[in-house]
Amino acid sequence: MGNFPLVVDLTLNHIRLSIIPIVLGFLIAIPLGRLTLTGRFARGTVITAMSLLYTIPSLPLFVILPAILGTKVLSDTNLIVALTIYAVAIMVRATSDAFFSVSADTKQAATAMGFSAWRRFWQVEFPLAGPVMLAGLRVVSVSTIALVSVGVLIGSENLGYLFTNGKQRNNLEEVGVGIIATLLIALLFDLILVALGRILLPWVRVDRAARRRSKRTTALAPLAAGDSAVAGSEGRS
Amino acid sequence: MSIFSKGRVAFGVIAVGAVVALAGCSQADPTAPDTGNAGGGDSSQIVVGSFAFPESEILGEIYAQALKAKGFDVQTKFNIGPRQQTIPALQDGSINLIPEYNGNLLAYYDTAFTQRTTDDVDAALTDAVAKDNLTVYSSAAAEDKDAYVVTQAYAQANGLTSIGDLSKVQPFSLGANPQFAELGYGIPGLKSVYGVSDVTFVPYEDFGGPDTVKALTDNTVQVADIYTTSPALKAENLLVLKDPENLIAAQNVLPLLSKSIDTPELKDALDAISAKLTTDDLIDLRNRVEGSEQASASTAAADWLKNAGLL
Amino acid sequence: MNLFVNAFAWIFDPQNWQPGGVSPLPIQDRLLEHLLYTAIAVVIAAAIALPLGFYIGHTGKGRQFVIGFTGAMRALPTLGVLFFLTMVLGSLVKGASGVFWGTIVALVILAIPSILAGAYAGLESVSRPAIDAARALGMTEMQILTRVEIPLALPLIIGGLRAGTLQVIATAVIASYAGLGGLGRIISSGIGLNDYDRILGGAILVTVFALLVDALFALVQRVTRVPGADNGDRGLRSRRRASRPETVVETPTRERNVTA
Repeated sequence: MGNFPLVVDLTLNHIRLSIIPIVLGFLIAIPLGRLTLTGRFARGTVITAMSLLYTIPSLPLFVILPAILGTKVLSDTNLIVALTIYAVAIMVRATSDAFFSVSADTKQAATAMGFSAWRRFWQVEFPLAGPVMLAGLRVVSVSTIALVSVGVLIGSENLGYLFTNGKQRNNLEEVGVGIIATLLIALLFDLILVALGRILLPWVRVDRAARRRSKRTTALAPLAAGDSAVAGSEGRS
Repeated sequence: MSIFSKGRVAFGVIAVGAVVALAGCSQADPTAPDTGNAGGGDSSQIVVGSFAFPESEILGEIYAQALKAKGFDVQTKFNIGPRQQTIPALQDGSINLIPEYNGNLLAYYDTAFTQRTTDDVDAALTDAVAKDNLTVYSSAAAEDKDAYVVTQAYAQANGLTSIGDLSKVQPFSLGANPQFAELGYGIPGLKSVYGVSDVTFVPYEDFGGPDTVKALTDNTVQVADIYTTSPALKAENLLVLKDPENLIAAQNVLPLLSKSIDTPELKDALDAISAKLTTDDLIDLRNRVEGSEQASASTAAADWLKNAGLL
Repeated sequence: MNLFVNAFAWIFDPQNWQPGGVSPLPIQDRLLEHLLYTAIAVVIAAAIALPLGFYIGHTGKGRQFVIGFTGAMRALPTLGVLFFLTMVLGSLVKGASGVFWGTIVALVILAIPSILAGAYAGLESVSRPAIDAARALGMTEMQILTRVEIPLALPLIIGGLRAGTLQVIATAVIASYAGLGGLGRIISSGIGLNDYDRILGGAILVTVFALLVDALFALVQRVTRVPGADNGDRGLRSRRRASRPETVVETPTRERNVTA
């Protein structure tokens, strides 16, 4: 397997290109998501704007950004900015829903106990919004890693090279290796995120177990069914 | 009232559009190189580039590995794209050395060039590239030319031996890279030199690679631009049409580099490679990398260098 | 601003709409091709995913599998899948149709998860009392499905189709690197020729196309919403409180049941 060093190199670069958008997307989405609580107009505008941005297909966005950012067409910066935009678009929806899910009663109780707005946000709302945000983060992680490979079309050095080079040489194995490597990175990131969730949000497991016990005793399971209302599961392209 | 009321949609669109418009006041052409040879930091570091097809990557590997062995500080940046991207990369310093083909390189700088033989082209090149602060070293005997290629069967059925014979089979489809439609030896040259104009151009992105070959053998196109060192010529029983009017100039491999790294040691090292590189070598190398062996470009390059005593 | 002006000038240049131009021109040919690929892929994907989604949504069987499946599909690198399938089918099928069908298969595979998710999420969101009432009235399972569940679930089902269609449009852009036509050709040939007017022009064309299709679907979603069908925000909020971390999260193009 003389190609192993090459695959490792490409994988490391692929990971580097994925981490920045995921982290930045998460950070930027927190204030934006919180903003949607302030009123229907804010929520509507933010969600609409995110929706529009997300609709822009990837390769076009990579090549539109040079006109806006002043970068060269074949620069990695375009890739990272575009991926961050997509990450924010997905994440804002999740953080918005997450903050919405924190009950007003809990927030009022915190205020009554003397929490300042800032402390209340960080010590009450944010942790309670954690599980849903984590779910959104996992979606962002997977989508970003899958999308990085399209960057090879604008000269980025990542696992996508295995696709174009494999096609150029009629080497199906090479393309297959690229797909598997991408999936493995996605799996790795997902496991890390789940582990982080267990560490930072330990109460979720207790909560889930309790709910599972109580679920068995309910005749209908509309809540559980509605929970996994899904729809948005497409990979980006 | 849905969150997608008309007012909000409008506001959202305006918000996004405003950001784009305000930020989009970039006047700089993203496809042009930076003016002033910025380069990346270390001016003695050699950054070897290549075009986005296997043969160029192999040649890039040959240069890079040979130079490393001679003690140069070498980085690589392969598979950049066609000349329309590699020349700007040289101009802005992202790369400073690339294996080139003398004829097409001259064509890029002087679309009306008349030189056709290796010596004439080489002589004209030094001046042509000088205005970009670039220079070339000696060319190799190894040549890889664009070619008008048909299947043997098609040639026999229609009595085709040279490019001019294509006027017999008009109208037909021709498959090649997008640049071919604009270049002197491409569609425009076919018309002006051989008088063949009723051609439907079908672009392919793979520089005479598997897609183009398949299109030719499947008769999606009747003619294709497949380079003369391609293993497919033999494997698929293809015929290179003769070029009596010299539409396509000599295409010897030679190093194109930035004057900032031009030193006698570098010249010696690269000239040594050019002295040993033959067309048969190119065919062999491509066969190893693109044929059934699927060797990596770096392995094939390393083996060639060892055989040539340069590693 | 200058660059966008140039790009729009390129788009509206009548020369680029002249029939008989050298590929990727004329523009309308590429537009039609793109529409064609999208339509074929979405129809085939819907034919597979909708019945499957309805079955899972109606009977509740296989939910876990679908959640896992859609999640896993999201991880597939579209460029890799596209090339892989075009290479496989290209070698199996002679002629240009090999590339064509390889691309269509890839597009179908990438569209199925969204349509599937939309279908079964839609059915799951239908209020239980309504279904129970239908059953009490003596309707057969099939009648319940077609006369109660699907009509009420229409916005979500169409939402899934919307996501799937956009996914196909976006992937078809990249398909030009696999030898297919479509609007992506304009961008890839622009990159090859280092002509930013063409690159940006092509990108804007695709984006506008995508936005128009998206808006069209949004309209249809709005129209098919049944007022008072217990799809209200209130229901949404109460479900939210019980949401579990494994919840597969929506992406913004899904404007689910949000009424205000």
